[in-house]
Amino acid sequence: MNYQELIRQTTLNDERIVVMTAENRAVLRELPPVLGPRFIDVGIAEQTMIGAAAGLALRGRIPICHALAPFLIYRAYEFVRTDVGIAHLPVKLSSWIAGFLSEANGPTHQAIEDVALMRAIPGMTVFCPADEADMLAMLPAIWASPDPAYVRLIVRKTDYVHAPFEIGKAEVVSEGTDVALLVYGLLFEEARQAARLLEKEGLSVGLINMRSLKPVDEQAIVRAAKSARRLVTIEDHLLTGGLYSIVAETLLKHRLTADVQPLALQERWFRPALLPDVLAFEGFTAEHIARRILAPVKNEIL
Amino acid sequence: MNTASSSTDSRYSELTDIALRVREHILRLSTDGGCFTGASLSCADLFVFLYKRFLRVRPDGWQDPERDYLLLSKGHDVPALYGTLVELGWMPAERLKNHLKTDDFVYWHPNRNVPGVEFHSGSLGHLPAVGLGIALDIRLRGASNRVVVVTGDGELDEGSVWEAILVASAYRLDNLIFVVDRNHFQANAPTEELIPLEPLVPKFEAFGCSVARIDGHDFGQMEAAFSRLPFEAGKPSVIIADTVRGKGVPSIEARADRWFCNFTAEEVEALLSELHGRARADLTSETLTVR
Repeated sequence: MNYQELIRQTTLNDERIVVMTAENRAVLRELPPVLGPRFIDVGIAEQTMIGAAAGLALRGRIPICHALAPFLIYRAYEFVRTDVGIAHLPVKLSSWIAGFLSEANGPTHQAIEDVALMRAIPGMTVFCPADEADMLAMLPAIWASPDPAYVRLIVRKTDYVHAPFEIGKAEVVSEGTDVALLVYGLLFEEARQAARLLEKEGLSVGLINMRSLKPVDEQAIVRAAKSARRLVTIEDHLLTGGLYSIVAETLLKHRLTADVQPLALQERWFRPALLPDVLAFEGFTAEHIARRILAPVKNEIL
Repeated sequence: MNTASSSTDSRYSELTDIALRVREHILRLSTDGGCFTGASLSCADLFVFLYKRFLRVRPDGWQDPERDYLLLSKGHDVPALYGTLVELGWMPAERLKNHLKTDDFVYWHPNRNVPGVEFHSGSLGHLPAVGLGIALDIRLRGASNRVVVVTGDGELDEGSVWEAILVASAYRLDNLIFVVDRNHFQANAPTEELIPLEPLVPKFEAFGCSVARIDGHDFGQMEAAFSRLPFEAGKPSVIIADTVRGKGVPSIEARADRWFCNFTAEEVEALLSELHGRARADLTSETLTVR
């Protein structure tokens, strides 16, 4: 099973589904002959794709829209907000190469404020699967929901076997009393390896794959805050408006205080390079994550 | 056929009467907070024609999937739609008394809480794309509904209009019709002084459309154009309707400073009198710039 196969099966079973793209076919190459007129490529015209998706949704369709993340939602932001958001239409945004996945493209292609902008739209739901298997487990529920949705696509494979998915639920991989790592998307695998390194240092480590950022699993955050002495949010996103903000908002709402260490991008774009080099340069490999956590934990907690 | 002959043509006397009453509604909405009077008066005749003579829609069937679609992309002209819907029995006249009130949804831009409004608008350059999506679905289903998108002329400054037309042409959507309310003004200035649009016909033709240009206050010309749709198989149709901003009330016609209007009650009465051919209104209220 892969993304194309999932789309193929879903469209066969549900005639409401149409697949749209603004000439981004990275994960769609085999679909045009399979879907026929239900594959709609509008060319390099993201605003038109989103407006047309709203029109199709008004007629009962469920459009799944593809484009590179920054163009899908920044170029077309007002169309997403105004045509999809205000009408609360079931348009599904499949964003390609969000976060660090844009690698060496440079800041024009870096969607590192996508979670902040998408969750700001009333009624919009936001999902960030950890790897391909996680994404394939999540998408059927996301596409079946009546809500508009934004999904950071990911086709990287890991050997982690994920739990079944439910909208609004995080996947609690482990619970720990020293630190709890809250992570989403591509950095899940780095955080998972970092957790092993931290455990070797004698720490009790919790790990949560957030999966659903809006609606968010408040109870998972609250439980982690109550059981671990430090929360660490890990994200390839700006500090503002992403998971760190979500955790802060959740803790305030539940009248909790916690020691929260954010690992995020602060007021700048990341250094463009191939992914392993980006992770190393920006301090997001498992080793870097473990080291950044250990410094304050060892100094301030243990 | 010119405006004079059309307005006296008995075939259109009913439409002329309805349009006059729609204009009365627009003027009555132009106080207590006001509305986009000038831009509404220019397309009142178009809306009356569309509802009476073209669109396959009915008040009790606007959820019918076989219906035609009217999309107001220049959403600030919605007073003309409110007036038309009232005159054709789609909504009670009393509802216009709720204009701008929090206990109803009769405000400055269209929204789907008003029966007959297919989609909200207000941000310019959106509904060509939305109309494209509706037209695509209609074709996917092999149906014969038609989608009419009314745009302003100033709205044509928005690149998204041309993007959507380019895609509509690529998909050969001849069930999609763009009507341009060419009243020759954008918000604060004549279009040709700010961002010139002419020559407009060859622009649309170059984007793959088949185009007609008519007098947007002449029902005979409207009938001649709309009865030929689609103009060409496999091409979106464009009807450029030359109109007059503020049409029907000479003291506010073709004026850059009478786009959004908030008149006093006395001025509205004077404008209504002027609409009915009596003396010109003496307007003293401040002209407003909203945009």
